[in-house]
Amino acid sequence: MDYHSPASFAEASALAANATGITRFLAGGTDVLVQLRSELVTPDTLIDIKKIEGVSDITKNADGSWTIGVAATGAEMSEHPELGGDWPGVVEAMDLIGSTQVQGRATLTGNLCNGSPAADSVPAMAAAGVTVTVTGPEGTREVAVEEIPTGPGKTSLSKGELVSAVHIPARGEDGGDAYLRFIPRTEMDIAVVGVGVNLRLDGDTVTEARVSLGAVAPTVLLVEDCAKAIIGSTLDDAALDALAAAASAACNPIDDKRGTIAFRTEVAGVLAKRAAKIAYARAKGEQA
Amino acid sequence: MALDDRKSEFTFVGTRPNRPDGLDKVTGRAKFGADMSAPGMLHGAILRSPHAHARIVKIDTSKAEAHKDVKAVVTRADFADVPFKPGLEGEFWNVLENVMAGEKALYDGHAVAAVAATSALAARDALKLIEVEYEVLPHVTDVDKAMASDAPVIREGAADYSVPEGMHPNVVRYHESGHGDVEAGFAEADLVIEDSFVTEATHQGYIEPHACLGMLGNDGKGELWCTTQGHWIAQKTCAALLGIETSQLRVTASEIGGGFGGKTTVFIEPVALALSRKANRPVKLVMTRSEVFRATGPTSSASMDIKIGMKKDGTISAAQGVFRLQGGAFPGAPGDMTAMCAFAPYNLTNVKQVGYDVMANRPKQAAYRAPGAPMGAFAVESVIDELCKKLDLDPVDVRLKNAAYEGTKASYGPRYERIGLVETLEAAKAHPHYSAPLKPGQGRGISCGFWFNHGGETSVSLSLSEDGSAQLMVGTPDIGGSRASMALMAAEVLGIPYENIRVTIADTATLGYNDVSHGSRVTYASGLATIKAANHAVEKLCERAAASWGIPTDAVKWENGCAVPSGPNAGDFDPRPLADITAHMGSTGGPISGHFEATPEGAGVSFGTHIVDAEVDPETGKTAITRYTVVQDAGKAIHPTYVEGQYQGGAAQGIGWALNEEYIYGEDGRLQNSIFLDYRIPVASDLPMIDTVIVEVPNPGHPFGVRGVGETGIVPPLAAIANAVSHAAGVRMRQLPMSPPRILAALKDNG
Ligand SMILES: Cc1cc2nc3c(=O)[nH]c(=O)nc-3n(C[C@H](O)[C@H](O)[C@H](O)COP(=O)(O)OP(=O)(O)OC[C@H]3O[C@@H](n4cnc5c(N)ncnc54)[C@H](O)[C@@H]3O)c2cc1C
Repeated sequence: MDYHSPASFAEASALAANATGITRFLAGGTDVLVQLRSELVTPDTLIDIKKIEGVSDITKNADGSWTIGVAATGAEMSEHPELGGDWPGVVEAMDLIGSTQVQGRATLTGNLCNGSPAADSVPAMAAAGVTVTVTGPEGTREVAVEEIPTGPGKTSLSKGELVSAVHIPARGEDGGDAYLRFIPRTEMDIAVVGVGVNLRLDGDTVTEARVSLGAVAPTVLLVEDCAKAIIGSTLDDAALDALAAAASAACNPIDDKRGTIAFRTEVAGVLAKRAAKIAYARAKGEQA
Repeated sequence: MALDDRKSEFTFVGTRPNRPDGLDKVTGRAKFGADMSAPGMLHGAILRSPHAHARIVKIDTSKAEAHKDVKAVVTRADFADVPFKPGLEGEFWNVLENVMAGEKALYDGHAVAAVAATSALAARDALKLIEVEYEVLPHVTDVDKAMASDAPVIREGAADYSVPEGMHPNVVRYHESGHGDVEAGFAEADLVIEDSFVTEATHQGYIEPHACLGMLGNDGKGELWCTTQGHWIAQKTCAALLGIETSQLRVTASEIGGGFGGKTTVFIEPVALALSRKANRPVKLVMTRSEVFRATGPTSSASMDIKIGMKKDGTISAAQGVFRLQGGAFPGAPGDMTAMCAFAPYNLTNVKQVGYDVMANRPKQAAYRAPGAPMGAFAVESVIDELCKKLDLDPVDVRLKNAAYEGTKASYGPRYERIGLVETLEAAKAHPHYSAPLKPGQGRGISCGFWFNHGGETSVSLSLSEDGSAQLMVGTPDIGGSRASMALMAAEVLGIPYENIRVTIADTATLGYNDVSHGSRVTYASGLATIKAANHAVEKLCERAAASWGIPTDAVKWENGCAVPSGPNAGDFDPRPLADITAHMGSTGGPISGHFEATPEGAGVSFGTHIVDAEVDPETGKTAITRYTVVQDAGKAIHPTYVEGQYQGGAAQGIGWALNEEYIYGEDGRLQNSIFLDYRIPVASDLPMIDTVIVEVPNPGHPFGVRGVGETGIVPPLAAIANAVSHAAGVRMRQLPMSPPRILAALKDNG
């Protein structure tokens, strides 16, 4: 196994482009090293991106948007004085990952690029409208988060490409987001269903909404019908029921050791309602 | 045995000092199974079957043997050569077959070969060089399917004499017991409920994986360090499997990171020794978590039918149960234990129970706290709860009405001596928990539970030092703070401070035989032996004092750590403290020690009653346990904190078993969830504070009244939680675990 710690994304990209066999980027390593030790994936080339300048930075830009470095950890996000105020849903989704120890290493980018359909931060990011910068041999491109995973363990990144930054839009006025997941226990578990909701209000009425589901299909889903169900409403019971129905209808899950098709489909609707209520309360400036 | 040393007033017993091993454990100084190394040590790794059932056509180890870092490769052939004890049979043969597959791989994870190499990584890589040709056979993992006529046969001829004719060869033992006439009893009932229940296999979930360091020379002499609940059984079994003399293998038990019954047998130890014998170097083997799940001994899965008749006043007129237990690809599932324990809390005129031991393509089950009893209690106590509900009777009152007491003929045969079930029920009824109001969405469940407890072969040795301190050697690995309890009991007899006694778990070469730390026997049996050994030393101390005073020995008695004249007629001498006598022991007759060897028979059965509140989310089926109270009879709590720990641990493991833990097999017969991420034991935030009430109804079979407490605590939880969840959800849950998908499906079915 070859281990590299390049000083720039261009160098990292070149190393990956020229590598043979299995290549992995090493961010927090909470997926890579676990898969290595359990003999699921033994990389031939390991490219540690943590030595690249600025990768741990969390920056609020002049326009109110955020840039999150690809090695910034869950703990650093939670501890940031302002990020959680703008995007509580994204931060709480990231914070759900693992234990205190895992939080000290795990990253948004690793969670996204590991390609797990159950990744917690991904529905929250998709709902928030997060994009990533992808650096490759051909230069850089901006990609929406929901375009990255293409199936369990698979991404749309081509050989030599890696994520070099994460961008969260400006929160703006009267907006709120939330993420909820279902696990059978209270922590240290993998989502059986995950729902991210992000919305904006005009008075009591929802004017913009993005609803995203995790763990109910081979990839994260951004469900337009869910958004439609609540846009124009005051999140009354009829709108919530329509939201739940749309969420359940969008599900395309599997039966596995973590949950059944029927269960995931039903609970996606339940969590969509609950998450929407929290996002709504946050948009109104209430504690939730 | 005569208990002339019975005591009811105590100085040290009943206090709560820190455990002697506590500092070592929190500072990392304690040595567990994987913490031992030796010069020249090799690392072992085991190749395991990916198939649930397959004939091993051929194993080619030549490539692995040619690997430069590999020093030995073993297969079953390396065990078959046993000139000293040819023709292994019975349980030894079963253990050998489990430790290393013979003609067939019998479950996913079954060991088929092993290597020893100069590094752990090299050993792991070398496994990939071993080529095994399998002929895959049809498999079965479900207990009911394994009994069906079309089930694949795991092994012909494994059944014993007890199995009725016409049963499938996978049914290997049969048990039937009871008394009275159940049909007549059902006819007398005002309400009869018949229902069926299913539980999945669970794992003990000890945090420390199996680990050992073995050394065995071609001269047949060896040393073994391992994490175990019983090193004499490890010694005996390894010696038999390797064909050496038992006494030539010295086994030392490491500190143990949990066992709960799962470390009462061997898995990797004989393999390490076989590799060592071949390589002529010490070999260390450490299991991964996945190996622990796939290839050690989980509990049995069960399928059960219960029929109980009750009169309007709550009297149980008849009770009947059929218990089918699946125990993996070997005989041993405790269907008999399940049957015998299921109705044991009750004073029944008419009772009948039947138990089946069934083989399937799963790992060989091992003991797990009160093996077999929790499943039976789940089924029986669920039906009793349903009867109480339908007849509008209080569940504690009904159990009190039917409770067994001293002199009751137990459902499994004998008459009870003094027992404490009624006292636990009365304490539960009086506990504020039982009358606390419930919130909407919550339900309350209660259940009783029974376990036999055990005595077992026991040796203890105690020696006094010149400075008046004492060393106590016991042979039962400390799995729950027993060193503290032993020191307290020795302190009580000797009259010296707890801190002045060092308790060691002696190795097999330095003490007589000891049975495993199982059957809740340690505080009872090693405790009894400790008291007797200390008394033996006290006799000698009195002799020395008598000699120094020139009076007969029987004119001296032992009081508060001193020899004193037994009465005014004996003479007027100043008390001689223990340290004063030991200071001169070298010149007054030599070392002073005490020892005791026996098989104590008065373990004293034990009962408990649990109260649980559960809250079910009607939209997701998720359960939260909101309050939990354990009431159990300890006879006498030597160290109350560690008794409470056993109660809380039983409840915590029961919560996992009831709600989320399960062995999940795919269609291919492979275990799907062999990591802690997917095998869901409760995490700390899943548990409420677990309240405990120690009831003390002294056991007449122990000088201080001790009853074992380690196992009974896991018997009631499954049923108590199922009853609470069923009330909260408004629908009877008949299958464990009551995972959210199952509860939500039950809620939907219920409309
Ligand atoms: C105990 C434990 C609990 C966990 N609990 C959860 C949980 O609750 N929810 C959850 O969603 N996950 C969970 N995880 C999984 C894991 O922690 C997360 O997926 C985490 O976010 C991964 O981030 P990382 O930085 O550690 O990624 P790494 O392991 O470093 O990398 C993960 C993947 O991303 C790729 N990658 C990393 N950086 C880049 C890059 N810049 N460009 C392109 N590809 C890249 C790597 O090649 C690899 O394939 C848990 C893991 C553990 C060990």
